[in-house]
Amino acid sequence: MKKVRIGAAQGFYGDTLEPAVETAKRGEIQYLCFDCLAELTLAILAKDRTRDPDAGYTKDVPSAMRTLLPLAREKGFKILTNGGGINPLGAWREVIKVARELELEDLKVAVVTGDDILPRLAELRGKGVSLQDLETGRSFDSLKAPLMFANAYLGSWPIVEALRRGADVVITGRTTDTAQFLAPLIYEFDWGEEDWDRLAQGILMGHLMECSGQSTGGNFSGNWWEIDDLDRIGFPVAEVDSDGTFVLTKTEGTGGLVCVDTVKEQMLYEIHNPAAYVTPDVVVDFTTATLKDVGLNRVLVKGATGKPRPDALKAVMGYEDGYMGQVMIGYAWPDAMKKARAAERIIRNIMARRGWEYEEIHTSFVGYNSLHGSTVQGDEEELNEVYLRMAVRAKTKADAAKFRRLFPPLALNGPPGLGGLTGMETRQLVGMWSTLIPRELIENSVEIHVEVVGVDGTGAA
Amino acid sequence: MARVQLKELSQVRAGDKGNSVNVALFAPDEAIYRVFLKEVTAERVKEHFKGLVHGEVVRYEVPNLLALNFVMREALGGGGSSSLRTDNLGKCFGSNLQRMKVEVDDEILRERWKDHADPSLLY
Repeated sequence: MKKVRIGAAQGFYGDTLEPAVETAKRGEIQYLCFDCLAELTLAILAKDRTRDPDAGYTKDVPSAMRTLLPLAREKGFKILTNGGGINPLGAWREVIKVARELELEDLKVAVVTGDDILPRLAELRGKGVSLQDLETGRSFDSLKAPLMFANAYLGSWPIVEALRRGADVVITGRTTDTAQFLAPLIYEFDWGEEDWDRLAQGILMGHLMECSGQSTGGNFSGNWWEIDDLDRIGFPVAEVDSDGTFVLTKTEGTGGLVCVDTVKEQMLYEIHNPAAYVTPDVVVDFTTATLKDVGLNRVLVKGATGKPRPDALKAVMGYEDGYMGQVMIGYAWPDAMKKARAAERIIRNIMARRGWEYEEIHTSFVGYNSLHGSTVQGDEEELNEVYLRMAVRAKTKADAAKFRRLFPPLALNGPPGLGGLTGMETRQLVGMWSTLIPRELIENSVEIHVEVVGVDGTGAA
Repeated sequence: MARVQLKELSQVRAGDKGNSVNVALFAPDEAIYRVFLKEVTAERVKEHFKGLVHGEVVRYEVPNLLALNFVMREALGGGGSSSLRTDNLGKCFGSNLQRMKVEVDDEILRERWKDHADPSLLY
């Protein structure tokens, strides 16, 4: 029976490429799929684009392709990535350039566009789309801040179409994290648009692959100390049957661990209602699925079921939400906490005297409550050291930056035993606004372009 | 009965979505899953995260994975790219939940820890 082998290449923008190379060389895969777009990523890319209009894709696309394209040619696998971010055409041009430099012949590089709705917001409003925020219910008219990006989440079908047009490489912008993984299955097995249960299994597979090492032993909350060789962790590989049943595994000889306990944690990662995981392709019920260990580093996954896909697509917009100024300053035993609290009082008093007001002032004590917040337990008297961390939300970059200048004088004028003044970078904050848009209004604008590199020696189609 | 920290009984994984955090809590076996069903209610979780989570907490049951999934709204100080918090993506909410204590029958604990060298550490 025909099986399709798919490898996960990257779980976020900035992930290591080494496991992907390992999978490419020895994984016997037909597809290597990247998911580069965590929710935060579009904000990072939007900031890049503000500085340089040609930017906006994940910067590691060209270097990754330089490494992987020759392997893809040698081993015969295809590459799919949403690393196009908010500038998929820019990423597409870069990949074509790399392919030409490598003198690859007859390489078909495809790009999917149409997810970017920033230029279309007035048009969509005109068609009766409210753009109301899904999380807060706020009306779009109440959002006064300038938008930095606005992208709808596309599903698998445009990628499938690119594959049907012969693409060896497919670059997209904001597709769902799972789309890169499901699309090859639809293409290979010729699944229909209403094969809900098979599509559901494909989404589950994609969900287990999309965060790279998070299903192969990374971030594992069980006996994590018993997992070997996380320094050379293998990223997940799925062996999928035509009915959607699959075995999740990884390339032999790599580090990490694939077992029911590592896989189940990823299964509920960033999931809300497990009985209704909504994607543009299918609404998936994870509660019918089963996981079973069927060998070392092999987990059999089956039984996810699907319901008809939704009429609306989710879109996420990012808006300018001011700037964060922040500082960390360390204090030593004895009375480390007492000193840190005194330093905080000094800073707040100076701010009050100068009449400095911020929309939000956040204080935490690193080494005591900066991660667990108000739920901490235990003795704060005997800490060996603690860092006071203060952060403010300011309207302007200048206001955020001036906050940190309050801290250096504490070294001479504050409590004793200060060691280390750090973490002083000022950061632009990006607010997120998510909304629903009727799918036909988005899908009408989706376009697929395929460039054939290296035909007639010209590099043009 | 013993009061045991969830850390001793569970696996967890936390993730963000907008200004919400989800924490999945996994039981190692059916008996402990039944304990979680009874003890780890949405109300208790909301109380546990008081000061961190300002919105509602919804609990979903996932019996095929012996898991509970908690979705917490208004939990990140505005969401990953807008939050002033150190843990701006809520990755530590899982281990945070593991501080919670639940009441467990001694019999269940004996069964679970019969191979452990020093089960008395739990009591």
